[in-house]
Amino acid sequence: MTATAEPEVGKARRRKEDARLITGATRWTDNLQLTGMLHMAVLRSPVAHARITSIDVTEAVKMPGVLVALTGQDLAAEQGSLPCAWPITEDMLAPPAPSLAVDQVNFAGEAVALVVARSAAEAHDALAAIDVDYEDLPVVLDLDRAVEDDADLVHPDLGTNKSATWVFDSAEAGTGSDVDQAIADAEVVVERTFRQQRLIPAFMEPRSVVVDPSPGSVTMWSSTQVPHILRWMLSAVLGIPEQQIRVIAPDVGGGFGGKLQVTPEEVLTLLVARRLGKPVKWTESRTESMLSAHHGRDQVQRITISARRDGTVTGLKVDLLADMGAYLRLVSPGVPILGAFMFNAIYKFPAYRFTCTNVFTNKVPTDAYRGAGRPEATFAIERIMDELAAELGVDPLELREQNWIRHEEFPFTTVAGLTYDSGNYEAATARAKELFGYDALRAEQVERRANGDPVQLGVGISTYTEMCGLAPSRVLGALRYAAGGWEHAAIRMLPTGKVELITGTSPHGQGHVTAWSQIVADRLGVAFEDVEVLHGDTRVSHRGMDSYGSRSLAVGGVAVVLAADKVLAKARTVAAHLMEVAEDDVEFTAGTFSVRGTSTTMALGDVVVAAHVAHNLPDGVEPGLDAEATFDPENFSYPHGTHLCATEVDTETGAVKIRSYVCVDDVGKVVNPLIVEGQVHGGLAQGIAQALYEEAVHDEYGTLTTATLADYLLPSAVDLPHFTTDRTETPATSNPLGVKGVGEAGTIASTPAVVNSIVDAVRHMGVSEVEMPCTPMRVWKAIHGRGDGVPTTPGAGGGLGSIDARGGAE
Amino acid sequence: MIPAAFDYVAPTTVDEAVRALAAGGEDAKAMAGGQSLIPVLRMRLAVPTLVVDLSGLTELTGVHDDGDSLRIGAMTTHYEVQRDPLVREHARLLCLATDTVADPQVRHRGTFGGSLAHADPAGDLLAPALALDAVMVCAGPNGTREVPAARFFVDYFTTALAPDELLTHVKVPKLTGWGAHYEKFNRVAQAWSIVAVAAAVRVSEGKIADARVGLTNMGPTPVRARGVEEALVGQPATAEAITSAATRAAEGADPPSDGNADAEYRSHLARVLTERAVTAAVSA
Repeated sequence: MTATAEPEVGKARRRKEDARLITGATRWTDNLQLTGMLHMAVLRSPVAHARITSIDVTEAVKMPGVLVALTGQDLAAEQGSLPCAWPITEDMLAPPAPSLAVDQVNFAGEAVALVVARSAAEAHDALAAIDVDYEDLPVVLDLDRAVEDDADLVHPDLGTNKSATWVFDSAEAGTGSDVDQAIADAEVVVERTFRQQRLIPAFMEPRSVVVDPSPGSVTMWSSTQVPHILRWMLSAVLGIPEQQIRVIAPDVGGGFGGKLQVTPEEVLTLLVARRLGKPVKWTESRTESMLSAHHGRDQVQRITISARRDGTVTGLKVDLLADMGAYLRLVSPGVPILGAFMFNAIYKFPAYRFTCTNVFTNKVPTDAYRGAGRPEATFAIERIMDELAAELGVDPLELREQNWIRHEEFPFTTVAGLTYDSGNYEAATARAKELFGYDALRAEQVERRANGDPVQLGVGISTYTEMCGLAPSRVLGALRYAAGGWEHAAIRMLPTGKVELITGTSPHGQGHVTAWSQIVADRLGVAFEDVEVLHGDTRVSHRGMDSYGSRSLAVGGVAVVLAADKVLAKARTVAAHLMEVAEDDVEFTAGTFSVRGTSTTMALGDVVVAAHVAHNLPDGVEPGLDAEATFDPENFSYPHGTHLCATEVDTETGAVKIRSYVCVDDVGKVVNPLIVEGQVHGGLAQGIAQALYEEAVHDEYGTLTTATLADYLLPSAVDLPHFTTDRTETPATSNPLGVKGVGEAGTIASTPAVVNSIVDAVRHMGVSEVEMPCTPMRVWKAIHGRGDGVPTTPGAGGGLGSIDARGGAE
Repeated sequence: MIPAAFDYVAPTTVDEAVRALAAGGEDAKAMAGGQSLIPVLRMRLAVPTLVVDLSGLTELTGVHDDGDSLRIGAMTTHYEVQRDPLVREHARLLCLATDTVADPQVRHRGTFGGSLAHADPAGDLLAPALALDAVMVCAGPNGTREVPAARFFVDYFTTALAPDELLTHVKVPKLTGWGAHYEKFNRVAQAWSIVAVAAAVRVSEGKIADARVGLTNMGPTPVRARGVEEALVGQPATAEAITSAATRAAEGADPPSDGNADAEYRSHLARVLTERAVTAAVSA
């Protein structure tokens, strides 16, 4: 076993998993072919709210290749209710959530029947032969309308469309003063309403499930980010003993929260496979994904900020309506609550109140996506800081600087009750300004305004922080979340000196295999190539809380370190015994134990063999060096950074072009800078996409009119600017690696930076808000005072999108 | 997404293809590059009983010099049109518009004739064909006939082609030495045009001697901006003259309203983009 020449941590290694993923030489769930495997297809409701008066499957069953066609009535006794693991209040209202609708559909796209056939084509053909009669019910779409007293109800049995109201008040919590008083006393008050449009996850690999129902044990392969949670929940929902369920997440092509779910299709595939005693596969189409997989965002945010005339902020009040859609899925209710602690962001507010009402509508359920709660919070605070700066007539960056936590003030307990352990907003901002050429761009902006240039320049700022590393289990418990936030790792020291690392995190594109190998290589002094990382199979990785919330490195990576340290501790005992010295005299460096003050050494590999064969171990020491560890963080981690965006707005057309984008992120210690860079790029693309392109649109009947990627716009590389990225590094103090998490930084920070830059470009033309996505028409109408009546419903306009998208409800 | 079942034939001559279409009746569908048809089949928005695959009709590929005009085979791919030296020299507007179609993958599979016969008013090749006074050569059971572009595009996704007719060639009169520009406005690179303007102008001794302007997605069919053309011809090739002429761009158009653009905004875009297109064409 050779020692590595230089530390692995910090090295920009290419990802060892990429060759297989990029060339397709891999196992996506849909690639699996099992002997005798059948195929399931799902019929989905074309209407948003209706009673099912009859379903007739008799013709479908006669179709070629069809084995069975089932309705919700057929499965009513066994399908249970899909789990919601985050009842945010004691009195939260939650309707039953069947996987297959029984007598009522509550969103367009909800599953109403299924067919199992010998081929996927035959299953899809048979769907057309199922006859469903619907009796329309009034459709609830608008959030503001839904909470009025006389609103139509999504679930009449509940008597209201409000699921729960959750409040945090700094005066009550003792973390600050009363916000109403602060606003009443304020010299300046700015109020704004922002709309977080509904987003649709567009993971590259659509969802897919295969279930093999061997007697006595069921194996499910699923394109999921949460195999461990899925196994637990399947057992809870269906009453199958947990030890008889094995869940495997093979290579998974993306998620970003979109696959943090226990889906109706996972339950249904399992039920029909068990019923037929044969393996069954279900794979969705893109349109099916857009119509039925959970969506993200969809909030109305009413924000009030108060300040003194000198710019010192004095209070922040947040009132949210959050659209749950038709049902509460796995963590739906908690998503907006994750934002509750982040609206105050990096600023020293003395008073704060957050109120969120979760609302049912006849739309696809919402759940975790792209930052879950924190991007919404960051958007609102960073937008309103710009509005306050405009009101006060000061530079928005100076206003931020005046109010942010100074680096010497860490650790700092915020008005929301979190303790930020470390950070340096000054350093990140200074570096970003320098890379951006802030002063020169401001000068050019002045010049363009003076010249009446048809293309105006705007500068957008986002000085964000986020809470990552979800999460300290006791905090999750206090927030009524049903699971813990720890993570587990195990190390198997193989007799040949190679290492198997088992992680409870579940990578779906992040690069854990590479990064975890780097950590282990450094810690144990083994070669990077000698580490194999195992994950995603509950029979191999038996304990885990999976991957979401930028937790994998900050929690799971730390568990890896702790497990390695346990291996070393035992190896040291064995080595001291074999070298016949006291343990205190043994040192370990770069894979080798040595006796202090002598030339006696012993390689870790030799200790591994000795421990494995167990011919000569100290009394009471068990054979083998394998170890495992579970890490439960004591605090969140708090990445931060400064993002600056310069946009050119064509005032004649409303077109927006990002001219330059600079971000300086502080994600703590970096294990692999290349992976961090990739995560930032991906996050930026997605955050910019929310600002400029993406929007789920429904017509008045609740039909999703953006159910293809021709209508739901995603940018490609050519639509995005060159990203100038850099980092500052303030290690987290809450974990031994000093890491903070990077998965969500780009997407959280970039959306307000872009929108701020657009508003900044045309503020002198009377614009103080452009609703997202900032389409050319919206920008043009904002400039020309035609803001009212901008349609949000696409109709015929040529292209694929002009063809009736309702048909996609197959 | 799996299409409904259909029969499939792959003829190797135009005659065979026409016979297959005639035999297939109303529910037969011709497939050129498949870039519009296949997505629609996969979503089961179209359920033809027969697909006649034209990819074997090698006689319909390539660009030929017919003296005063070019004859472009309907199965010539966008990629081939983009790079064809004859098109570049005599019908540059077509090259420029083709450059903006979708993405490289689509341009390698999609065909010139397929785009025109699909007749999506947001498609980028209809307005140039109209502006260039292209003539469609159509083959049917009773031989061939020629239909000028102005009569070929009938409505949304509807042309003068009968169900058993095939677009075989497009005759494009040469506009050698003309300036040209295609100004496309969309939200992401691969998207359809919200509005686009195809302009070709001939400048002689500082004056605009001839002008052709076609509009994309300003109605159920491509639109010829005759008012702009009239206002330009005979005027000096100056910014003022172009700006003034461009104000007439939306005359006679019937723009749709959708989430990307309502009719008012589309009409405004038509004026702005016409000014930009003509300005670029004059200096090209």
